[in-house]
Amino acid sequence: MTDLTDLSMTQALAGLAKKEFTATELTDRYIKASIKGQAATNAYITTTFDAAREAAKASDERRAAGHAGTMDGIPIAMKDLYCTKGVQTTAASKILEGFVPTYESTVSQKLADAGCITLGKANLDEFAMGSSNTTSAYGNVVSPWSGEDPANAARKLVPGGSSGGSAAAVAGRMALAATGTDTGGSIRQPAAITGIVGIKPTYGRCSRFGIIAYASSLDQAGAMTRTVADAALMLREMAGHDPKDSTSLNLPVPDFTQALGQSVKGLRIGIPREYRIDGIPAEIDTIWGKGAQMLREAGAEVVDITLPHTKYALPTYYIIAPAEASSNLARYDGVRFGLRETGDSLTEMYENTRGSGFGVEVRRRILMGTYVLSAGYYDAYYKKAQRVRRLIRQDFIGAFEKCDVILTPSAPSTAFAIGENEDDPIKMYLEDVFTVTLNLAGLPGIVVPMQLCANGLPMGMQLIGKPFDEMTLFKAAAALESAAGYNAKPPFVG
Amino acid sequence: MTIDINTVVKIAHLAHLKIPPQQQQSVAGDLNKILAWVGQLDEVNVEGVEPLANVNDGSLGWREQDVVTDGDKPQDILANAPSKTADFFTVPKVVE
Repeated sequence: MTDLTDLSMTQALAGLAKKEFTATELTDRYIKASIKGQAATNAYITTTFDAAREAAKASDERRAAGHAGTMDGIPIAMKDLYCTKGVQTTAASKILEGFVPTYESTVSQKLADAGCITLGKANLDEFAMGSSNTTSAYGNVVSPWSGEDPANAARKLVPGGSSGGSAAAVAGRMALAATGTDTGGSIRQPAAITGIVGIKPTYGRCSRFGIIAYASSLDQAGAMTRTVADAALMLREMAGHDPKDSTSLNLPVPDFTQALGQSVKGLRIGIPREYRIDGIPAEIDTIWGKGAQMLREAGAEVVDITLPHTKYALPTYYIIAPAEASSNLARYDGVRFGLRETGDSLTEMYENTRGSGFGVEVRRRILMGTYVLSAGYYDAYYKKAQRVRRLIRQDFIGAFEKCDVILTPSAPSTAFAIGENEDDPIKMYLEDVFTVTLNLAGLPGIVVPMQLCANGLPMGMQLIGKPFDEMTLFKAAAALESAAGYNAKPPFVG
Repeated sequence: MTIDINTVVKIAHLAHLKIPPQQQQSVAGDLNKILAWVGQLDEVNVEGVEPLANVNDGSLGWREQDVVTDGDKPQDILANAPSKTADFFTVPKVVE
């Protein structure tokens, strides 16, 4: 008999509908996998197994009564950046240890309304700042690709970041799907290096209400799953206008699952020459070329395009994101929630609390952000970066006159080991070289797993869509997935 | 435009962030590296280009009616307070 954790979400929903198994059985199987997986990978900060069992029971009752939701009975992991009512929410920071929200984020509420069962709060980089899940105050996440026993592997690999716990949980069969958030690549880079699908929709597709803010003009929620079909279904349930978030788009949400299986004949796939970057392994270039060939064989037309300001995207991001972060993170002051250290004066209390509650990378970005917004430097750095940001967006608008979807690599290497890339902050920043442009331009992007590299580790490719055109993106992604036929499993599964 | 220890102390103060003296030098070093790297933007001609603050600018949603839709829940708001008295957050004394 097939192990329940081998089913995709779409298959599991079919099995539930046909009464082949119950939500309780599926959830129990995933709880068992999560317990084993937690010891091996540290994918969760908080687990909520008791609540999951109760939710599964309620799901079975709904199904028996004939009114199951569209994702009813599906066990998922929730990135610990989403505020969850009555469940500790930390953003992987010591400064929020013990914080129990009295409200629920819109997206997690929508998923609960669709019938999803939350197994726990997934680990991440502190305040979503990182590409390796090594800045969490609750310990590193070890990728299930590290070996059969990741916790004791000689070379412990990162799952990527910041949605590293989400990626490890989905790849390691500890959850059927997970939520992520993506500010510079935090869904797509971990998806790429753990061999799963990750979608960051158009800015504004999903409500940011109740998601702990890092850089508000860039942050966007998205889905991390094992198949493109699962991502289409999950994103459909997550997306939608929310009066509580003025940047959420008041547009109807199409049924993204309708895009699956449609022909890509005549679709124009853009290949940007600027994404061929020095120092990127030849193997990644090769897989990129193969991806283009697969889409061509499926009937698409491959065209060369140019995105001239690509090389300036990361420096632009590392001005804008820290600037917004320095403002967003001002709220952690020891007064209303979270950690409080003592101090003789109010200012000293603030300084001690924030000095001890934030980790090194978060402090670095707050300082950087404060500097670029400070008197005398605002125009030279922040305003300049905002101008370059417009040029980056215009590059894409121009390119999309010649193509419908863009195909690019998604990460500059396969998974690296914990501790690598840490001697110089800029080395870690370069992990997002292929992903960060989309956040600056507000575009949707999806990563599709392609194959294992010579070192046995997975690598995905990224497709970029026009604003609000996730339908075409899913159509192309499904075609690429079907041609690539990726079905590798990590050496560790829960 | 390099950051020295005095600048670190100044921006740390602006950010309400205590940086212990023994860490200030390495923080300055990291920030200088990052600033030198973002300095690449000097190559870009941005003359006449308007700053972009939000990709959907011009289309932000506005309330149709400015009415109170939430509130009157002091217990929820105080639930996570590290220190409180009655319905108030408490902080170190600011007035002598």
